[in-house]
Amino acid sequence: MSVINPDQIDAQRLAGMRPAADRGDIDPALGDGSLVDDPALRPPLVLNGRDFHDVTEIVCGYSEKAPPWWWFHALGAAATVAGLAQIMILYLIITGVGVWGLNNQVDWAWDITNFVFWIGIGHAGTLISAILCLLKQEWRTAVNRSAEAMTIFAVTCAGIFPGIHVGRVWFAWMLFPIPNYNWIWPNFRSPLLWDVFAVSTYATVSTLFWYMGLIPDFATLRDRAHRRLRLGESQNMKLRVPLPVPIPVITLPIKGDILRAYIFGFLALGWRFSGRHWYRYEKAYLILAGISTPLVLSVHSIVSFDFATSILPGWHTTIFPPYFVAGAVFGGFAMVLLLLIPLRELLPNMKDLLTLRHLELMAKILLVTGMMVGFAYGMEFFIAWYGANQFEWYAFIGNRANPETAPYWWAYYTMIFCNVVTPQLFWVKKFRQNPIIIWIVALCVTIGMWFERFVIIVTSLHRAFLPGEWHMFYPTPVDILTFVGSFGIFFTLFLLFIRFMPIFPMAELKAVMPGASPHDHAHHHDDEHDDPHGDHGDDSHGEPTKQGAH
Amino acid sequence: MARPIYQTESGARVFGILAQFENTLTLSNAAKAVRDAGFKKWDTHSPFPVHEMEHSMGIAGTAVRPLAYAMGMGALTGAVGGYLMQWWINKDYFIVVQGKPTDAAWESFIPVTFELGILLTAFAAIFGMLAFNGLPRHHHPLFTSERFLSTSDDAFFISVEAKDEKFDPESTRKMLEDAGATHIELVEEG
Repeated sequence: MSVINPDQIDAQRLAGMRPAADRGDIDPALGDGSLVDDPALRPPLVLNGRDFHDVTEIVCGYSEKAPPWWWFHALGAAATVAGLAQIMILYLIITGVGVWGLNNQVDWAWDITNFVFWIGIGHAGTLISAILCLLKQEWRTAVNRSAEAMTIFAVTCAGIFPGIHVGRVWFAWMLFPIPNYNWIWPNFRSPLLWDVFAVSTYATVSTLFWYMGLIPDFATLRDRAHRRLRLGESQNMKLRVPLPVPIPVITLPIKGDILRAYIFGFLALGWRFSGRHWYRYEKAYLILAGISTPLVLSVHSIVSFDFATSILPGWHTTIFPPYFVAGAVFGGFAMVLLLLIPLRELLPNMKDLLTLRHLELMAKILLVTGMMVGFAYGMEFFIAWYGANQFEWYAFIGNRANPETAPYWWAYYTMIFCNVVTPQLFWVKKFRQNPIIIWIVALCVTIGMWFERFVIIVTSLHRAFLPGEWHMFYPTPVDILTFVGSFGIFFTLFLLFIRFMPIFPMAELKAVMPGASPHDHAHHHDDEHDDPHGDHGDDSHGEPTKQGAH
Repeated sequence: MARPIYQTESGARVFGILAQFENTLTLSNAAKAVRDAGFKKWDTHSPFPVHEMEHSMGIAGTAVRPLAYAMGMGALTGAVGGYLMQWWINKDYFIVVQGKPTDAAWESFIPVTFELGILLTAFAAIFGMLAFNGLPRHHHPLFTSERFLSTSDDAFFISVEAKDEKFDPESTRKMLEDAGATHIELVEEG
């Protein structure tokens, strides 16, 4: 073999087949070129001078090319763990909720902890897709698709727990107001029923919102498959058995592109990128973002009503709705970072689309929401003291904070350390620009947010009013494996998502790239309404560009 | 007056003319030219929504109102229906909670009313958007053009339908060429 022509390397790089070139011309202070401090400069959202076609190639490549080696192993492991959850759930259903460590005093424990944990994780996706859309935060385009996917998968995991904790699972349909022979209806004055409506509305609207964003990208995948079929470039599907023994590759008598053309063609609903359609689409997307914003705030508020409307000390506080929402966004962003930082290393060219600046901005959100959560922790103590209710005071000091009297003090301090202390690292610029540190903090926050729900639920319940009823909670292996298994379900769904779907919103990403706005071209053409502050990003190729005051 | 039916040499009916443009600026300037020439049945195609294209196409303000009505209807149906459902169920199936009257203590019905209002508004937004756009649609003549498939990647097009009053194979082509089209082709009815 001769040496590869430099032009070919360049062509491969631009087609997304090679990692990004080393950019020796970038100031090290700018990280990968995106960490621009000057507010007058617009940092690039896409690096290495990628144009529209490169973005299509990179993003579609994840779905169209053979998956990387680690994907099979990761999917195998995740699916195995997910299977564990299903075995545990089956065991629970055929035996009864006694297989969990619940008792008469602690009748909600890991089940509801896991439910609140997972539903909270979902909130980051909706925050990114709805609230950041309304705030015109263009950087959200790089993360919104995967964060929304994460939302849906997290809500899926969340939905399992209330479903199975009811005991007689085959009566779970009675959660919904379905006309029945016994003329029994649910109690609409119970926050638990509000929860049913809030969570199912949230799951439905998130899925619709996600799907709406996916329509143009499905159309891109459809068109690419269709074009390869027309040009005769399509190959038959090959079945590679991922075993360490040499098994011949089996060629299936069907072309992968036929499946793609049919499935993506069906899902794309005949989208033809029409200007008239885009116009309505953008309006609908904006209004949907507008109504998703109160929705996402309401969902975790209603989840917090499950606790706040009761009279149990430790639950009965008015700060719960905003505190839960802030905690949900906090935990959700941690999960987004936990997933995307490794993915950014593993998938080729992903660093061009998801830059250090994206990570830094999300780290800042972690810092802000972490401070909100920390404030809420402090305020709970203040109100317990100021309210002069001895039961409430005891719930916070005696049952949580004082190691002398509180058996769960370690859970409380794990929560404080993970949620309040570790995000403080992000005051230091070097730390919030370092993916490894961000990842470690995100891991701490994920653990801390699980403990927060555990602290709220179990420490409040285990010592309610009558000391004669006080009881500790000890998880059984079924408790633990069901929770671990829910991570398996989550990761299995996420791995399938990154393999088969467009993991970046291509259309939205292209719309914020240089050259997307007609004004970007204004300096070499005569436009009828010349833009005095056009960001001449067209020929910037990843360099920060001057931005006028919009 | 019946419109003449244009046919290609092979005898297929002409759907219209498809013109490709280099970038968003030439696309939006060409769109202004087509708009000012008074065409009605035409469209632009771009891989992403182009900034202020609705003004260049002269369709600004047309989409919001029907969509807003649809969503308002959705919100109203969801909220009113949701409230009435709870009211009726509580009146009919007598659950006394905290000694409150079954059909007058409306405050605790608000969360579900709100959620159902949001749910139906979201349905109206997305299904309304699709319905007003005439989607889902199984096929469209433009997909017969191989070049058109790259509009989902990085290409920009204007299509003018033969059904338009002002359509004429020669003059329309000339107009699009003058507007800066880099490639022009005739698309058959698929």
